Amino acid sequence: MSAELALVADALVRATPLIISGLAVAWAFRGGVFNIGAEGQLLAGAVAATAVTLALGQSLGRISLIPALGAGVVAGGAWAWIAAELRRRFHVLEIISTIMLNFIAIHLVSFLVRGPLQEPTRIYPQTSTFADTARLPVIIPGTRLHLGFVLAIVLALLMSSVLRKTAFGFRVRATGASPQAARTAGMIDIERTSMLVFLMSGAIAGLAGAIEVNGVTFALYENLSPGYGYTAIAVALIAGLNPVGVVFSGIFFGALETGAAALQREFAIPSSLASVVEAALIIAAISVAAIRGRHSLVQPAKS
Amino acid sequence: MDDDPCADRPLSDTILALRDITKRFGDMVALDTVSLSAGRGRITALLGENGAGKTTLMRIAFGMLQPDSGSIEADGRPVRFSSPADAIAAGIGMVHQQFSLIPAMTVAENVALAGRGKYSLSDTKSRLREIAKRTGLQLDPDSYVADLGSADRQKLEILRTLAHQARVLILDEPTAVLTPKDTIDLFDQLKSFADDGGAVILITHKLADAIEHADDVTVLRRGKLVMSDAMSEVDEAGLVAAMLGSIPERSISHANIPNTKGTVASIDRMLVMSRRGGEPVEVSLDVRGGEILGVAALDGAAIPILRALAKRVTPRAASISLPERIGFVPENRRDEALIDEFSLTENAALSGAGSRKGVIDWESVVSRATQIISGYNVVTRGVEASPGNLSGGNQQRFVLGRELEGEPALIVLENPTQGLDVNAAAFVHDRLRIARDNGAAVVFYSSDLDELAELADRVIVVSQSGLRSVNPDKNEIGAALLGTHVG
Amino acid sequence: MSAIETFLEGTVRTATPLAFASLGETVVERSGVINIGLEGAIIAGAFGSFVAAGYGSTWLGFAGAAIAGITVATVFALFAIHIRADQIITGTAISLLGLGLTATLYRQMYGATGAPLSIPTMGITDIPLLSSIPVIGKPLFAQPAITYVLYLLIPVVWWWMYHTHGGLGLRATGEDPKAVIVAGISAKRVQVASVLFGGALGGIAGGVLVIAQAGSFAEGMSAGRGFIAIAIVVLGRWHPLGVAAAALVFGAASALQYFFQAMGWSLPYQAFLALPYVLTLLGLAGIAGRAVPPASLGRWRE
Repeated sequence: MSAELALVADALVRATPLIISGLAVAWAFRGGVFNIGAEGQLLAGAVAATAVTLALGQSLGRISLIPALGAGVVAGGAWAWIAAELRRRFHVLEIISTIMLNFIAIHLVSFLVRGPLQEPTRIYPQTSTFADTARLPVIIPGTRLHLGFVLAIVLALLMSSVLRKTAFGFRVRATGASPQAARTAGMIDIERTSMLVFLMSGAIAGLAGAIEVNGVTFALYENLSPGYGYTAIAVALIAGLNPVGVVFSGIFFGALETGAAALQREFAIPSSLASVVEAALIIAAISVAAIRGRHSLVQPAKS
Repeated sequence: MDDDPCADRPLSDTILALRDITKRFGDMVALDTVSLSAGRGRITALLGENGAGKTTLMRIAFGMLQPDSGSIEADGRPVRFSSPADAIAAGIGMVHQQFSLIPAMTVAENVALAGRGKYSLSDTKSRLREIAKRTGLQLDPDSYVADLGSADRQKLEILRTLAHQARVLILDEPTAVLTPKDTIDLFDQLKSFADDGGAVILITHKLADAIEHADDVTVLRRGKLVMSDAMSEVDEAGLVAAMLGSIPERSISHANIPNTKGTVASIDRMLVMSRRGGEPVEVSLDVRGGEILGVAALDGAAIPILRALAKRVTPRAASISLPERIGFVPENRRDEALIDEFSLTENAALSGAGSRKGVIDWESVVSRATQIISGYNVVTRGVEASPGNLSGGNQQRFVLGRELEGEPALIVLENPTQGLDVNAAAFVHDRLRIARDNGAAVVFYSSDLDELAELADRVIVVSQSGLRSVNPDKNEIGAALLGTHVG
Repeated sequence: MSAIETFLEGTVRTATPLAFASLGETVVERSGVINIGLEGAIIAGAFGSFVAAGYGSTWLGFAGAAIAGITVATVFALFAIHIRADQIITGTAISLLGLGLTATLYRQMYGATGAPLSIPTMGITDIPLLSSIPVIGKPLFAQPAITYVLYLLIPVVWWWMYHTHGGLGLRATGEDPKAVIVAGISAKRVQVASVLFGGALGGIAGGVLVIAQAGSFAEGMSAGRGFIAIAIVVLGRWHPLGVAAAALVFGAASALQYFFQAMGWSLPYQAFLALPYVLTLLGLAGIAGRAVPPASLGRWRE
C-alpha cells in the first residue's frame, strides 16, 4: 500500500461528510431555503445513529447499519423541522434559527457524551466505541475509505436526476428561482415545497453525521465535526449548487483540509487557514455570480 | 435643427434645454440626437408611443441616466447631472410613475427627505403650510403615504418638488392613475405653477390631455425627434401621424358580438376591499364563453377578482365555479409569469407544474416551446434563451402563447398590453379576439380606459358603490368609476 | 453583593457586548442591509483589541477593536454593496473569514499552544452617588467605563435616527433605496456608512469581551454573539431603544445561571450554555407577525 494512496484515501474520507452535507446545502439553496444549519443537523444525525448503534449492539450484525443510518436521516430531518416549522408558522428567518440550532446541537452533544451516552467508565467525554459489525465496510483494503463515499456519489447522481428530470425537482427549482412565478404561473404550493426541501436537506445532513460516526469515528464525542456543515456552504456554492459538481468541490475541500492538517503538522502553518481559503472562495463564487448579473444565487421563498 | 421652437424666443425664456441627446442601451439606440426645451411659463407635452424614448429622455434630464452624447443647459449655462441630487439642486423636479415615495413614512418625512442637519417636524410643517397658501396643494403632514390614494400621492410628489424649489417640473404619465376629476385638478395646479414662472414637461401618450393643456409639443418616435412645435400650430391628425408613423392594421371584429355561449365561470358574493380601505364591496359575476369581459376599477380593486377567477387565490366565504383549464397572464410578468434563471423551455414547463407528477417529458416540452415561439412570433435565438434577454413585447407574446396553448376555456389577463409597443399590443388584442371567437371566455383588467373601450365586448366597473355593468364606452366607464351617472 | 445584585450585574455585563453589536446592526438594517458577517466583526474586534491593548492602554485596545471591525465591514461592503453579491452568503463567508483569520493570526503570532498573554484590562469605575442607589445602583453604575459609553450611545443613535435628516435618509433607504436616489440621496453612500458604523460597534463588542471581561483572546470566543445580536435587532423591532431593552432581556437570561448557583439549584451547565440560543428561537417565535422589518431589507436588486 503506497503512501500516496493512503493520502488520497484520507482526502476522500474527509471529503465524504463534506460532499453529503454539501448536497444538503445545495438542495436547500436550489429550493430557496437558506439552511445554514447543516452543522447542527449533521450532529443530530450523528447522535441518533450513535444511540441506535449502541442500543442494538451486535444483536443484528451488519443489518444494524440500516436502522442506524435511517435514524440519522430522521434525526437530521427532525432537527431541520424545528427551523422549518418556526419559519412556516412564525416567519422566523431560517438563517438565524438554523445557526441557533447549530449551537444548541453542539451543547446537546456535549451534554450527552458527559451524561446519558457516556462510556461506562465515565472517564472520557465520549460514548463507547462501536462494535466492528456496526462499522461501514472499507472499500479499499488497507485504507480508511469506507462505503459512505460511494453512498455520497450515489446520492449526488440521484439528486442530479431528480432536479433535472422529475416534476418534483422542477417544482423545487422553480420555487427556489422565483417563488412568485412558481406560485402564480406554475400554481405550485410553494409553502409545501419549501417545507419538503427544508426537511429533506436536514435529512441529508443527518445522513452525513450518521455516516461519519459509523464510517470514521465509531463513537460520538465533542468536536466530532470540525465545521463540516459550514464548509458545506462553500462546497455547495463553489459547485454552483450542482449536485455532481458538489462531489468534485467536496473532494477539493477534503484535500484542502487534509492538506492543511498536514501543513500544520509538518510546517506549523495553522490549519485554520483552510477556513480563510474557504471564505475567500465563497466570496469569489458569489462575486462572479453577481458580476454575471445574477445578484442572488438563492432567493428566500416568501409566503 | 432649424425648426427648433426655442430659436425664435429669447434665451432667458428657456429654463432647461436638452441638446442632441443620444443614449444607447447595448445595441439598441434609445435616443438618437434628440433635443427638447422647456420654456418659462409654458407646459410642454412630450408625446410618443410606449418605447418611443420619452421616459429615457426625462431620466437624463433628471440625472438618473447619463447621455452618451449631447448636452444639457439650465438657464443657458451648460450643466452635467451625475445624479438626481445634481438635477434637484439645479431646480428640476420630477414626478415619477412609481418608486419615489416611502409608504412607511409620513407626508412630512417624505417632503423632508434629502435635507441636511437636524430634522424638525414643525419646520417642515410650516414649509408645507406656506406652499399650500401659495399653490392650494394641501395634505395632512402626519398621514402615512401608505394611506394615501393615487391622486394624493401624486400631489405629494409635486409638493416635494416645490419644497425643493423646483422651477422645472417633469411629470411622467401623471394622469394614468387619476380619475377624470383629479386630472382636471392636476392641470389646474400645473397651469398655476407655469403662470408662477415655472416650466412644465408633461410626458404622456394621451393626445387629448396634451392638446387641451400644453403650449408646446415635442413628439418622439422610436428614439427620434419627429416634431417640435407650438401646440397652436398642429392638429390632432398631425400628432397621430407623428406618433405612430404608419398606423398598424388591426383586425377589428368589435361590432358583432359573436356566438356567446353559456356561463364558463362564476363568482358568487365575493367580498372585495379597495387598496385604500373603506367598506368592502360584494361582487357576483358570470363570465360567458365567447365574450371578452373588461374589468375597470380604481386602486387595484380588480386584482383580487381576477386572481380568484384565475384560481390563484381562494377567497373566503364566496362560492366560485371555474373551468378545468384556465390561462392567466399577470400584470407583473417579469416576476410572476417568467423565471429569468430558466430557459424558455423550462418556462413553458412552468404552466401546470404544480400538479404534474413523475418524470417530465422534456422532448414534448421543447416542441411546445418551439410552437409557442413560432406561433406567437416571439423574436429570440431559441428555446434555450432566457426570457430576461427578451424585450417586453416578446416576453408578453411568449407568456400569452403559453397560457392560450391547449385552448383554455377561460383566460384571465391583468393589464395585458402595459409597457408594450403598438404592434405588440395589437398582436395581443388580435390573439385574444381569436380566442374569443373560438369560444373561450376572456376576462381582462386594464387601467387604460381606451383599451377597455377598444377590446371589451362588455365592461364591468368595480367602484365604492358596487359592481356595475356598462357599455364599452370610455365616458360611461369613467363616469361609473367615479360612481356618478351620466345621461 | 446579594444574589439579586449579582444577577443584575451579570445581566448588564452580558448585555453590554450584545447591545453594542446589535445597536450597530440596527443602523445597518435600517439602511436595508443585513450583515450576517457581524460575527466576523466581533471576533476581529476581539483580536484587534487584544493586539492593540498589548501596547499598554485599554482605550487603545478599543480603538484597535473598532478598526478591526471596520476592516471586516469594509470587505463586506465591498462585496455586498458595491458588487451587490448576495448579502446573506457574503455575510456568512465574512463570519467564516473573521473566525478563520483571527485563529490563524493568533496561532501565528502567539504560537499554536496559545499561551495566554496578559493585557491590561478595564477595571470597574464606580459612578459616585448613582452607584449607591439600592439594588440597581451597583449593577448599573459599577461597571467598566466602556459600559457608560454604551449608555450614552444608545440615546444618541436614537436621537440621530429620528431627529436628523441623516436619520431620515437612513430609514428611507431601508424602505426603498430607489426612491431615495430619486429624492437626491446616494443610497449606496448611506448603506456603506451604515455598514462601517455597524462594523465599528461590532468590533467594540469584541473589544468588550477581551478588555472588559475575559482579559485575553481565545479562538472563536465570539461564540455566536453576532448571530444573537441579529436576532436581538428583530426582537427590538429595529428601534435603538427596543434593541437595548432586548439585549438586556438576553443578558438576564444568560445571567440566570448566577442566580441558580446562588440559589443552589443545579442543572447541567450545558443547559445554561444553550439557553441564549434557545431563548433566541423562542423570542423570535414569540414576536411573530408583530415585527415589521424595513421594506427593502436584504434585497435591493436593480
